Amino acid sequence: MNPLPALVLLPIAGGGVAWLAGRSRMAAALRVHDAPWRIALMTLVLETLVLLVATLRHPAHAEPWMAHFSMPWVPTMGIAVRLDMDGLSLALIWLSLILCLACLFLATRQVMANGGVFHFLLLATLAGVIGTFLATDLFLFFFFWELMLVPMFVLIAVWGHEDRQRAALKFFLFTQGGGLLMLLSILGLVMMHYRADGVLTFDYFALAATPLSPTVSMLLMLGFFAAFAVKLPVVPVHVWLPDAHTQAPTAASVLLAGILLKTGGYGMIRFNVMLFPDAAARFAPLAMGLGVAGILYGAWLSCSQDDVKRLIAYGSISHMGFVLLGIFSSSPMGMEGAIVQMLAHGLSTGALFLVAGSIEERMHTRDMRRIGGLWAAMPRLSSAGVFFAVASLGMPGLGNFAGEFLVLLATWHVSPPVAVLASVGLVLSAIYALRLVNSIFLAPQGGSLQPMADFPARQMMALGCIMAFLVVLGLYPQPFMTFSAPSSPFPTTAAGREGHAS
Amino acid sequence: MMSLLLPLAVLCPLAASIIVFLSAGRLSARAVGGVACGGVGLAALSAIMLATGLLAGPPGGVVHAQLWEWVRVSGFSADIVFTLDRISMVMILVVTVVGLLIHVYAARYMADDPGIARFFGCMTLFVAAMLVLVLASDLLCLFIGWEGVGLCSYLLIGFWHDDPANTAAARKAFFMTRIGDTALLCGLLLLATQAGSLRIEPILAATMAGLVPSFTLIAAASFVLVGALAKSAQIPFQTWLPDAMAGPTPTSALIHAATMVTAGIYLIARLHVLFAAAPVVMAVMAVTGALTLLVAACTALVQSDLKRILAWSTISQLGYMFLALGCGAWQAALFHLMTHACFKALLFLAAGAIIMRLGHEQDIFRMGGLRRTMPGLGVAFVAGASALAGLPVVTAGFYSKEMILAGVWGSRFMTPLSAHVLWATGLLGAFLTALYIFRCVFIVFAGEGKGAVSGGTPRLMAVPLACLTFLALFGGIIEMPDVIAPVHLFTALLSPSGHPSPMHEPGWTVLAGAIVPLAGLAVAWVLWGRTPAVMREMPQQAAIIRLARPGHGMDVLYDHIFVQPLRLLVWLTRRDVPDRLVAQAGWLTRSASIALAKTRKDILDTVARRTAIMTAEGSLLLGWMQNGRVRWYAGWVAGGLCVALAVVMLS
Amino acid sequence: MPVLSLNESLLFTSMLFSVGLAGMLVRRNLVFMLMSLDVMLNASAVLFVAAGARWHDASGQVMFLMILALAAVETSVGLAIILCLHAQGRPTLDADTGNLLRG
Repeated sequence: MNPLPALVLLPIAGGGVAWLAGRSRMAAALRVHDAPWRIALMTLVLETLVLLVATLRHPAHAEPWMAHFSMPWVPTMGIAVRLDMDGLSLALIWLSLILCLACLFLATRQVMANGGVFHFLLLATLAGVIGTFLATDLFLFFFFWELMLVPMFVLIAVWGHEDRQRAALKFFLFTQGGGLLMLLSILGLVMMHYRADGVLTFDYFALAATPLSPTVSMLLMLGFFAAFAVKLPVVPVHVWLPDAHTQAPTAASVLLAGILLKTGGYGMIRFNVMLFPDAAARFAPLAMGLGVAGILYGAWLSCSQDDVKRLIAYGSISHMGFVLLGIFSSSPMGMEGAIVQMLAHGLSTGALFLVAGSIEERMHTRDMRRIGGLWAAMPRLSSAGVFFAVASLGMPGLGNFAGEFLVLLATWHVSPPVAVLASVGLVLSAIYALRLVNSIFLAPQGGSLQPMADFPARQMMALGCIMAFLVVLGLYPQPFMTFSAPSSPFPTTAAGREGHAS
Repeated sequence: MMSLLLPLAVLCPLAASIIVFLSAGRLSARAVGGVACGGVGLAALSAIMLATGLLAGPPGGVVHAQLWEWVRVSGFSADIVFTLDRISMVMILVVTVVGLLIHVYAARYMADDPGIARFFGCMTLFVAAMLVLVLASDLLCLFIGWEGVGLCSYLLIGFWHDDPANTAAARKAFFMTRIGDTALLCGLLLLATQAGSLRIEPILAATMAGLVPSFTLIAAASFVLVGALAKSAQIPFQTWLPDAMAGPTPTSALIHAATMVTAGIYLIARLHVLFAAAPVVMAVMAVTGALTLLVAACTALVQSDLKRILAWSTISQLGYMFLALGCGAWQAALFHLMTHACFKALLFLAAGAIIMRLGHEQDIFRMGGLRRTMPGLGVAFVAGASALAGLPVVTAGFYSKEMILAGVWGSRFMTPLSAHVLWATGLLGAFLTALYIFRCVFIVFAGEGKGAVSGGTPRLMAVPLACLTFLALFGGIIEMPDVIAPVHLFTALLSPSGHPSPMHEPGWTVLAGAIVPLAGLAVAWVLWGRTPAVMREMPQQAAIIRLARPGHGMDVLYDHIFVQPLRLLVWLTRRDVPDRLVAQAGWLTRSASIALAKTRKDILDTVARRTAIMTAEGSLLLGWMQNGRVRWYAGWVAGGLCVALAVVMLS
Repeated sequence: MPVLSLNESLLFTSMLFSVGLAGMLVRRNLVFMLMSLDVMLNASAVLFVAAGARWHDASGQVMFLMILALAAVETSVGLAIILCLHAQGRPTLDADTGNLLRG
């Protein structure tokens, strides 16, 4: 049995059941107030099992693409349900599942208002993300790309904080705008292929071989880049991110920072660099400039924020600058650095959002000046916070550093001054991360001294797992890098790459 | 066996740290101290076993422990690999033995603190990180320890986080060293780009073989130098170290004596081949060291806080080591590092005990006459002070300082810089060192008693002090100038196959080195020691002293030049510009469309009203047709059918 | 050899249809209206059969069967509605009184 469609359909189906279970009459019949939560948890456990099967079924890199699924959808248009999995998508799906599980453990059980719908939307977003990571039919990819957008919009707009409507709208408009440009590019690419070969298809592998003139390929690549740049985000179009992260409910923030941003990086690797290698190489200097700008600008703004979540959000803009830099450094080293950075950033920033969300839930404020030192009252929560803040400032031995180091090294090969500039971002990241630590964790105790519940042991376990992952990723990134290497759409070069790597 | 012990030495403190952190709040203070001391003690034990094993082996033998590969991509590879050679052997002995003594001391010193678990977790992690730094034979692995040390120092300096001043000091330390770390990282990137690997031996071999272009060498050496300067608190990064006194005293001892600040010295000693190929950088290093040496000694002379005096003296002694490194006498630097670790730890721990018994009083002018109330501590402190001053023959500091001075005298510079000027600077520094430390000794221990003294020194704290006193006095006899006795055990240890240190120096230089500290002692006695002291109080008015007090005005200067403008700039640009632009654009679009709608409304209004009327009448007609009677509907259908047929027929 | 020619059957069916239509329009009784509707349906069904016979095509008879089923369904639904109305306590079968769409 092919696990790929199950991977995509399971969250949606489980979400639907959770929705049904969350309806008031059903909840009364079940006599369990958190039935949707339980169902969502079961769904994720099942999904994890399926993914485990998918991972173990294929011995390490017998062939670059580990699994394939294909079913016609609209044959006349050449659209099909094509799902393919390589190491990169597998690694990112694992990341999504781990973060989703952590979310369920730490953040969503308390959602009482319309818990069923909430969990449905959460799982629908997850399904969209997983579909995005798997789809190799451009139309299907676009479909999933939009699919993850809508539930996230609703999550922000309904369960968000004070300024949620505006934030949700901003998020939607920006992402949608980018998505439309991508649609144009997809259609353009398909038309070019049709003109050249006379075959109307949306197949990624077929389209990869389309002969294109330099100008056209540049234009098409820019269309893709626009969508991914908005999602990543790259600096001039990062505007939606701080608002969306700040206003979203905790679980949605985690998903946004941990996974949705990664779809941007994933798309850049799969659809920019692999589909248009030449255009991407010509575009690289500009993209690297944007990456450095993102690193510095995000870190700089992060230094001046008083809102915990906003600080983390700007910090993640800075981190994603490294991803952009790595992807366009046009070397496998930078690419792998970018992937490691994506994984590590997903874990560390996701966990930071979880911690920040827990603080907000207990203190009812996100203003760092009003929170005060939490160590005495909540040592577990604070130690987790300190750990993840330290991880995000790029401490060697933790995952983020591994990614940043590889990216910087790859960048140094291309241009030392750019690498030096980017490494200045590391100093700035120390400033904002330690500012966070010293204003809410290791700080003089704040005015309000009401006793607050620390993390219970179970939640601490979930965070402990993430910590362990980060440490392993930082101390021994090699297996992750072998595991998560992206596969090229061209069979011959893929074989060459494998031979070279081994 | 040996290669198994090597990771174990790192693992013991690490495991102790993890146990202490995980059991926070469940173990008693005594148990926490026990676990921490046990971890570091095991590390010390394995370090001693490793050292004996290494010395028993062939000269030039090393112990490798290849653990796992960090990354291996095309064009670059890095491994987690530990190597024990002679240099790192000296370092792990210093780190673990001195670290163990400090831990034992701290177990008693911190016993009443509620955060003792956090404290010992960080302390043991600190030792573990330092061991990683020392043992790593891959620069990337070294960098892990390098930053780990910085992080632990941050956590420890800001340990009492209820005072914002402490956390600010902690952050300052981290930022300053982080700037250096970033420079070091750049150096590593440069080396990695050149060599494709960060293993120390291949890099050094490539350097010796002249495979690396000289510009690259100089750039890499400069980057590494900046990193080392920041870590070792040399000019221009010296300001973080005095502030680092905000942490508990054992922390200060650990940071200043055995770990952290010595990392810079160690790194350069380890890469001395690289630096030897970049003479310009060496010269800069020597000058920086000499400058720091003098400036820090002068600053120490005007401090009134006991711990701050020691902090500035650390900077000054590190300046000595940099001077030695800059002159190519890296063995001398390591030797001084070793003796300095012993006597500085002694001084700090003794100072900590004094401060504790005086009820957390740190101002030396509020102390006095302590030789009567705490004679044991007095002996320990004086022993440390004489070692620091380098009183001839009886102290360890004398031999190491003598070795440095000899190395400086004998060095050759291609630049017009004269080695003899540097030597004179070193000598002047030795004089100042004796002056400031005996000033402190006389003010604290001589004279009238002031303030109340409580309790005695607990035994758990006294034992490490005694051990360190012994080391501070007799740790130096393994290496002596030729004039006194041809003992060169340390040099032979570091370079067993090489020539036994042909540092020919005139006998009078050794004599000068011996007399100058005594002169400093005498001047200090004249000024502060005699009962009606010449300078009892601090001359507050002197402008130069006011400038020097907070650290030669450097702090203020940095604050004005870098910190405040940066803060202002950050505050000014706290708004996200593109965000504002988008918000403005959105607002403009909205108001424009509203305005457009208003103007359009007037024209459209009439049209709309007409349409509305017509629609209303039409809807009446339709409403009448829609009467709900089935038969009428059937009629309409039939009629419609007829009409349609007629149209078809007629057309 | 068909018994009726196409023209004859066309004439017959249009007459039948007109009768049904007239019944539909003039009767107020719901039951009668339903019957008229059936007559109209049957008229078109016969036309299908006739056309099938004319062109020797079986589809006509198939369509007849379908219309038969349709008529049965339609009648049963209509009768059900009438019964429902009666069950709600409406005493009359007059179609014109049912234009208020109220229970």
